[in-house]
Order: sequence, then C-alpha cells, then structure tokens
Amino acid sequence: MLDINRISKTFNKGTVNEKKALNGLELHLKEGDFVTVIGGNGAGKSTMLNAIAGTWYVDEGSIVIDGIDVTRLPEHKRAAYLGRVFQDPMTGTAASMQIEENLALAARRGKRRNLRVGITAKERDSYKEQLKILELGLENRLTTGVGLLSGGQRQALTLLMATLQKPKLLLLDEHTAALDPKTAAKVLEATDRIVGRDALTTIMITHNMKDAIAHGNRLVMMHEGQIIYDVSGEEKKRLTVADLLHKFEEVSGGEFANDRMILA
Amino acid sequence: MNIMLLINALPGACAQGLIWGIMAIGVFITYRILDLADLTVDGTMCTGGAVCIMMMLSGYNVWVSLLVAFLAGTLAGLVTGVLHTLLGIPAILAGILTQLGLYSINLRIMDDKANQAINVDKYDLLVSLRYIKGVPIYKNTLFLTVLIIAVLIAVLYWFFGTELGCSIRATGSNPNMSRAQGINTDVSKIIGLMLSNGIVAFASGLYAQYQGFADINAGRGAIVIGLAAVIIGQVIFGRFHGNFAFKLVSVALGGVIYYLVLQVVLWLGLKANDLKLISAVIVAIFLAIPHLKEKYFSKPVKKGGASRA
Ligand SMILES: Nc1ncnc2c1ncn2[C@@H]1O[C@H](COP(=O)(O)OP(=O)(O)OP(=O)(O)O)[C@@H](O)[C@H]1O
Ligand SMILES: [Mg+2]
Repeated sequence: MLDINRISKTFNKGTVNEKKALNGLELHLKEGDFVTVIGGNGAGKSTMLNAIAGTWYVDEGSIVIDGIDVTRLPEHKRAAYLGRVFQDPMTGTAASMQIEENLALAARRGKRRNLRVGITAKERDSYKEQLKILELGLENRLTTGVGLLSGGQRQALTLLMATLQKPKLLLLDEHTAALDPKTAAKVLEATDRIVGRDALTTIMITHNMKDAIAHGNRLVMMHEGQIIYDVSGEEKKRLTVADLLHKFEEVSGGEFANDRMILA
Repeated sequence: MNIMLLINALPGACAQGLIWGIMAIGVFITYRILDLADLTVDGTMCTGGAVCIMMMLSGYNVWVSLLVAFLAGTLAGLVTGVLHTLLGIPAILAGILTQLGLYSINLRIMDDKANQAINVDKYDLLVSLRYIKGVPIYKNTLFLTVLIIAVLIAVLYWFFGTELGCSIRATGSNPNMSRAQGINTDVSKIIGLMLSNGIVAFASGLYAQYQGFADINAGRGAIVIGLAAVIIGQVIFGRFHGNFAFKLVSVALGGVIYYLVLQVVLWLGLKANDLKLISAVIVAIFLAIPHLKEKYFSKPVKKGGASRA
C-alpha cells in the first residue's frame, strides 16, 4: 500500500542550520498494516509524515501509494489518498466554520469542487450518524462553530474528517499528545474503532511507548532520519517497554534520557 | 452652525456610504474571508470608474459598461493573485505592485486625462447625486443602491455556500487544513482576489456615475475606507452574531455610518481637504477598539481556570 524508497530530506541546505532530517529512509507497508512509530525528539518522525503528505518535496528517493508514484504530486492532490490528524488540535479543522461544514469539506477531499451546494440535507443526516462513533455527543451539535470545541473534541472531529472518505493511508502525528490523559484515551479508543472498522492502513506516531506497543500490528523506531528497529506480529506482541528502552540505548549510545517519552 | 445644512446633506451621504458599502463588501472578501490585506483596491477603485465612464462616453449601455468594469476588476485581482501565489510575493506587496501598475493603465483608459466627466443630462446614468431627491422611486439613487446591495448579498450568500465558496472560506480560515482536505489554496486565493476586485471595480463604476466623473485619484486611500466600513460594521453589529448575509449587511451599513460621521465632522467645520486625515484617524480608532477592549476592559480570567482539554 505504501512504498517509501530511500528518501532523503535536508533542511536549510548550505547554511549553519543545515539539518539532514531524513537519511535514505525506507519503509514498506502492506494493505491494512497499522504501524506505530517511536523515536526521540528530532528523529524525523513528523518529517517522514510530511514527506508522505507532500508538505514539501523530498530531495531523493520516491514515495508510492497503492501503486501511484506521488513523489512529485503537490500536497492538495495527494490529499485524495490520505487522511491526516496533526499534533496541534488547531491544525486539522477550520475554526471559523461549523462542525458540519468541516465534515462537508472533508467529504469532498479528492473531488472537484464546483457550484453545487456545499452541504446537502442528506449529508447532514449521515454526519449525525457518523459523529456517534466518537462518543462525544457532537452528533447533536452539527452547527456549532469548531472554534468553540475543546482540543480533544477537535482532534476527534479531525480524525472523523480524515476517515470520512476511506483514505488509502491514515497519518496520525502524535494526535493525542496535546490532550489530557483521559481525553487522549478516548481519542485513541475512537482511533482503534475507526481503523478497525475500515481496516485502514495507518501510521501512528506516538511518544508513549505503552501505546506504541498496545496499538497496531507493527512498530518501528526512528533515529537520525532512519528506521533502526522494525518489529511486527507475535514478536511485537511480546514486546515490553523495557525492551524498547534497551533497544533505544543501544542505538543512541546509551545517552537516552528523553523526558517526552512516557515510559510507565 | 445650521442643523438644516447637515440634514440636507444626509441623503447624499447615505448614497455615497451605500456605494462605498458595496466596495467594502469586496474588501470583506479578502480581509475577512481570505485573511489577506489586498491593496490592489486602491487601483481598482479608479479602474472601474474609468472603464465605465469611457464606455458610456463611447455609447455603451450603462449595464454593459458596469459589467466590463467588473471584469476589469477581476483581471486586476488575477494579476495580484498570480503575483502572490504562483510567484510567492507577499500579499501586501503584490497588491501594491498591481496598484502602481494600474495607475498607468487607468490613465491610458481615460485617454491620458486625469479626469473624464460625464453629463447626467446627456447620458442615461444609473445613479447620480442629482437623483437623490425629486425623481421617481425607480430612478432614486438611494433605492437603487439598496436594491443592488440586496442582490449582491444574495448572490454572495449563495456563492459562499457552494462547494467552491466553502473551499475559499476554508482557505482563509486554515490553509494547512484546506490543503490536507485537497483544496488548492492558490486557486482559492486567486478566485477570492478576482471576485473582490471585481466588486470593487463595480462600485467604482457606480461612484464615478454618482459624482459625474472618473478621476485618476478616485482610489487613493480606498482600502482605508473599505476597512473602515468592515470594522465599523463589525464593532457596531458584531454583538448580534448574525449569519453570513447579516455580516455583509453590517459591512454595507458600516459604509453608511462612515459617511454619516464624515458629514458631521465636515459640518462641524473641518475642510474637505482634511478628509484623508479624518479617515485615517477614524479607521485607526475603530481598528484599535477590539484590541483595547480585550486589553483593558475585559474581566480578568482566573489563572488555570479555563483549561482546554
Ligand atoms: N520545516 C523545517 N525546516 C527546518 N528544519 C526542520 C523542518 N521540519 C523539521 N525540521 C528539523 O528536522 C529534524 C526532524 O524533525 P521532526 O519534526 O521530524 O522530528 P520528530 O521526530 O517529529 O520529533 P518530535 O518528537 O519532537 O516531534 C529536527 O531537527 C527539526 O528541527
Ligand atoms: Mg514530531
């Protein structure tokens, strides 16, 4: 479903701030894979997702989604294949528009937008139905402005928007990191329900090792713009936080002390 | 000071305010919906009048002339849009470049003259300062401008409810989200700029007729007046939380209030030459109000009280 072939990306080339964020990264996903991604700050996790989404073009390598080479496709065209939820709850929704208007925008991802009405009565009913899966009561607040929602509600809504039209690939970038533990758990549950229901091919970045182990069928660890550890299946199920910690110390030369990684 | 003088001047002030209200609706599209400050309008607020008057002088029907004025405005918006999106020039600078270029183009349109008059007795004008009093209702400028505004608002209300219109609103609200939802934000911005400048040029065509001439300086400071109308409308009517159509109505009313205030200030004894200074002061005050309100007059929020989960 996804083939990332040796991609590299260097930011601020030729300046003192030069930073090789992706270094010949290689990753291949099968249809229905749900992979969790962990790694220290600056390991290149977000950069990998941005490369897939087309926020900018990669310097080298190619990205193929379901047989379609998207390496040179602009961001808004790749959007047809992708669902995205971002770390910052403000990023994924249009605050000045209503819940149903945001959903209607998402429902038209990858389609031509012309002078037809922006949201039909039939759609409204179906959104009401679909919002129920989030279990947040948003189904009764279709015309509420998104700017009035809490961060957790916005993330959940963004998740629904990302999956309203089944994407070939769902990209989640620490989408619960900005939420309090209770809300984070709720959004994660909703994530599992939706991903399970549609058997979505998913990449989920998290800094919570427990979550990384508990969710998905595959786990990769990133370090300095590369994937340095990749487990799946039974082996992943047997994984413990201590194992991951050990693995991390091994590759980073023992100086692993990252307060953003939640160990317990 | 004679109060009758002021009262007699009010209908004219309302008419001018309504025409500038149309212009301000154009500014609203860029400034509020797209979140862009577009200075092209200082040029298009002259272009529309120049095109309209020159076409009428050559014998074209007033509606055809206004339509071509509108199209000329959309072209100017297209130029700014391309400069900004495809060529990556910051929006303000792109607008200034187009505006500067338009100065030469406007002069060419007006046959290298700084002013082109049109005789209200010889030509069939749609609006005029002579049509304020003592004309049948269907010829009355106040009535016609209100009608035009009503139609314009209805059309915009429909347009911004379509798929395309929604994608333009989304682009202004959150460009990152818009691209993630497959919206070409460059195209959205270009369409918004074209529509905005088309409306401004249309208002310019009306304003030139109202005054009885097109003038090369007609657009100087237009953006300030447009912003004034948008902001006055928001400050005064914002508390009512109306829908999109209501917001557009408040913008138009903002234009009227702006002209009424100007009229009073003039009546108090200031000279017409002081208008630009007064405009700048009025806009500065109204721009500052929301900021000052927030800073000095809002109730202090308890620390840690409003946690956002
Ligand atoms: N647009 C950009 N311009 C310049 N440098 C960037 C840009 N995006 C990322 N970087 C740099 O690339 C490196 C990798 O960043 P990235 O955001 O991918 O890390 P991450 O693995 O997501 O870390 P975190 O856990 O902190 O989110 C960092 O050094 C970062 O500063
Ligand atoms: Mg990151």
